[in-house]
Amino acid sequence: MAKASAKKPTAVEKKLVGVADTVILAADRSRDPALSIPVRSLANINFNEKRGIIEMGKRKQERTLFNVGMAKKFMQTVLVADALAELQRANLTTSLREIYYRTKHTMQDSNENTFDGQNESDPLIEDLEVTLTALREELHVRAENAGSIVGPVVLTDDGDRVDCARLGKGGYSVPSIVEPEFIQIKRCTADFVLLVEKGTQWNRLSEDKFWRRYNCVLLTGNGQPPRGVRRLARRLHEEHGLPVYVLVDNDPWGYYIYSVVKQGSINLAFESERMAIPKAKFIGLSSADPETYGLPRNVGIKLNDKDVDRAKELINYRWFQKKEWQEEIKRMLATGLKYELDALANKDFRYLTKTYLPKKLKERDWLD
Amino acid sequence: MAKRKPKSKAAVKSRPARKSKPELKSKAKSKAKPEAATASPAADPKAAEVKTPEAKPAKPATISAVEMGARQREISVSEFFTKNRHLLGFDNPRKALLTCVKEAVDNALDAAEEAGILPDVLVNVEVAATNGAPPPSPSQATRFRITITDNGPGIVRQQIPPIFAKLLYGSKFHRLRMSRGQQGIGISAAGMYAQLTTGKPVQITSRTGARAAAHYFEVQIDTKKNEPRIFENKKIDWEHERGTQVAMEIDGRYQKGRASVDEFLEQVAIANPHVRLVYRTPESETKEYARTIEELPPQPKEIKPHPYGIEFGVLLRMLHDTKSHWLSGFLASEFSRVSSAVAQEICATAKLSPNAKPRNIHGADAEALYKAIQSTKIMAPPSNSISPIGEKAILHGLYQQIKGDFYTAVTRSPAVYRGNPFIIEAGLAFGKGPEQTAQTLEAPEVPLAEGEQQDDDNELARVIRYANRVPLLYQQSACAAYKSVLETSWRNYGVAQSRGALPAGPMVVFVHMASVWVPFTSESKEAIADYDEIRKEMRLALQECGRRLGVFLRKRERAKSEFRRRNIFELYIEEVVEACARLKGGKLAKEKLRSQLQKIALKRTGGAKTDEILGHESGPEGLPHSIIVTPEGPEGEAPVSPRADPSKGGPPEEAAPTKETTKAAKRKTKRKKR
Repeated sequence: MAKASAKKPTAVEKKLVGVADTVILAADRSRDPALSIPVRSLANINFNEKRGIIEMGKRKQERTLFNVGMAKKFMQTVLVADALAELQRANLTTSLREIYYRTKHTMQDSNENTFDGQNESDPLIEDLEVTLTALREELHVRAENAGSIVGPVVLTDDGDRVDCARLGKGGYSVPSIVEPEFIQIKRCTADFVLLVEKGTQWNRLSEDKFWRRYNCVLLTGNGQPPRGVRRLARRLHEEHGLPVYVLVDNDPWGYYIYSVVKQGSINLAFESERMAIPKAKFIGLSSADPETYGLPRNVGIKLNDKDVDRAKELINYRWFQKKEWQEEIKRMLATGLKYELDALANKDFRYLTKTYLPKKLKERDWLD
Repeated sequence: MAKRKPKSKAAVKSRPARKSKPELKSKAKSKAKPEAATASPAADPKAAEVKTPEAKPAKPATISAVEMGARQREISVSEFFTKNRHLLGFDNPRKALLTCVKEAVDNALDAAEEAGILPDVLVNVEVAATNGAPPPSPSQATRFRITITDNGPGIVRQQIPPIFAKLLYGSKFHRLRMSRGQQGIGISAAGMYAQLTTGKPVQITSRTGARAAAHYFEVQIDTKKNEPRIFENKKIDWEHERGTQVAMEIDGRYQKGRASVDEFLEQVAIANPHVRLVYRTPESETKEYARTIEELPPQPKEIKPHPYGIEFGVLLRMLHDTKSHWLSGFLASEFSRVSSAVAQEICATAKLSPNAKPRNIHGADAEALYKAIQSTKIMAPPSNSISPIGEKAILHGLYQQIKGDFYTAVTRSPAVYRGNPFIIEAGLAFGKGPEQTAQTLEAPEVPLAEGEQQDDDNELARVIRYANRVPLLYQQSACAAYKSVLETSWRNYGVAQSRGALPAGPMVVFVHMASVWVPFTSESKEAIADYDEIRKEMRLALQECGRRLGVFLRKRERAKSEFRRRNIFELYIEEVVEACARLKGGKLAKEKLRSQLQKIALKRTGGAKTDEILGHESGPEGLPHSIIVTPEGPEGEAPVSPRADPSKGGPPEEAAPTKETTKAAKRKTKRKKR
């Protein structure tokens, strides 16, 4: 790969080569080479109330080579930068896991590996995204296709026309990169987007053709929605003015998924700009629903210690300070129970499709 | 049970009768003894019930008190122990083999030490000869012949039969003096076990000196009378000029590993470096544990009981048996640490006349006296009655028998529980020894796959426990020594330990309790009872060992981490340089960048200073009573090399150089080099 093509280097490639320049420059001046990397934690984010999104703060952390605690990470960061530059030159896209394997080897004269697990290389890619202000797509790294869409939308993917209303129960698998260069929304006649946390419930709605009856787009991210799904929802919202409703389990993790869709995530705060949907609504499952819909207590699950801790964290997040949300979370803590979407099947297999969602939508019973 | 209805009465009555019949039968069958002695106490309360006036005799199974009385008789100790052999450590064949060896070795060592002779003991365990058939392999064999030969003082002719064939006969029970044996049961119980399982008598050869003749005896116990039965008694020629040899044939099982004869003898060698021990295993291997200390431990003095440790019943007996005519004289002469002033004080507190006759004190007076003793302030008992192994000897023992990088030992000052003085000693061997460490370093380096780890070594420490120099191999978890190792927080000293578990690491923890009376939890002397005073002393000793280990580990860790620091920088620089060169598309002066970065690294890691630390990786560290072993050899109080002395009259065959001796020799040459 050293024999790079004669092509002009891309902007991203230049940024990556900049990492090497940092090292060379520091060495020339007999200084400890350092990369300053924006901190990706709760301490370094601001909630922009006006825009309704989470933004990254200005705090940075120095990662230096000659510090025992950071030396390995520094070395790994340079290795990842090298692998990413290789992708740029070859114009390929790859997965996080492949980056891990590409950069893993045994260091000379030792039995120490450059990486011991993928969990070491993944955060470094995010570090480079933030440091170089390059998006993951621009770095040519894709995540797995971990989401599905079905509904009256027509997309173009690699020149192929994809009519999401004619893809049966399974729908179209949302790729991780859905930027307009790769995917175009040709037509969209839906009235709203329903983003479902769980694949199982999405299947239920898809099988029941809920989207046809209520003229909506059904999206799922199988848990925490990946970037592709969030970005697609955002584009549908932005380009076609569709309201977005989020349907998740009634537990702290469900609440957090909703907040990620709405305001952006703490870890990827720098991405909120293009992914957050500040107008998204929380349609369910609310902690008030079991009472409203007569769900018996025995289909609830006792909150474990982790759940309780997480809920208490959420209660303090700046973007959960609205009165309704404080009530919502406190009510869950007070009952000490969480409910899965699947629990609705206790009433009837099609309770979600036939009763729950229609009623919610009709009564506009959601949280903002 | 005591219902008034006549019907149920009859039922109760008939039961003892029915019960005793089959018992009778089985006894008669199995041992050809007329009656089980134990049966009578069981029947006793029932007999009383029969006698009650309103009892109507039920026809089929009535026994009169007279008939029952005819059955009630004394039980001999030997009979009792034949039935309850598990109480003495003969519960299963494997343990029985160990117990027999243990009892014989304990006796040999006690005798030699008391006579002021450096013990030389030969233990020979072999598969017993079978009639013509080829002998089974040691692991399959069920019958063994054990021979223990010592160079002790020998035994006078007339004492040989009772010592080996009469239970509760011995010299140690009646005095308060530290010794391995305590009751006078051990060796005769072993003989009894032999007689019970193989029917063969115990064979003893003993000679008291060069000018005396050697006597050969074959004896068994008459279990009913608890008296020796002599089968053979003759003078023979014996190649040893002094000593005793015991041989017996028993049912047993030989299995190596935990709580085996091998482990026992190894542990004996650790705690008794003044003993030369040769062990011929059933597999015909010879293991020699050389003597590393050429002096006997100081002779423990015999002491009188301390008043605090006396029980009420014992006090009554002593009052009755004493030769003193006055109470104050009795107190001052029969107890340790009771001066006449203290005796007067006790009498005053008990409101008794100092001139009262001891024999006339009983009932309330005796109780008052007992209470007065407990409430009077009396000095702690003298501690010259116990002789600890000593820090140096423990160090030598551990160093000889266990491979490690670090050794330390602590002897606490004497303490007292229930009026009995005792001393706790603890020791520690840590590491795998320089040879093995070097080996792991030399192991071929294979790149590690995901989830694999460099060190998958999670072994737990081994605790070796001793009471009066005798290893304790069973019932570890019931033992105060084991518990105190658990409750010491080893994490403070840099050793991993999960909750409620032993510390993890290549480590042997040594705990010894020396006392005139070691409180065992059971007859078979397997675990030390849990007295607060004992636990506390053990904990303090272990903590001191731990602290020293901590110092050693920290120092070693520091040197290592400096080395590592330098090392990782060098490794990573290489990677960074290569990656940068690729990023720059090959247009980079690699050499220049590398040397620049290396220069920075050297500056950052302290340069020459680090080299100094690395060069002097360890030293004695100013740690008391410790040995540190480095690839260059041991530092600290390492033992002088064992002197080979075949001259002294020891067991006949001089062992061919074995593993142990060659290892010792290697160490010796290493030391010389330094």
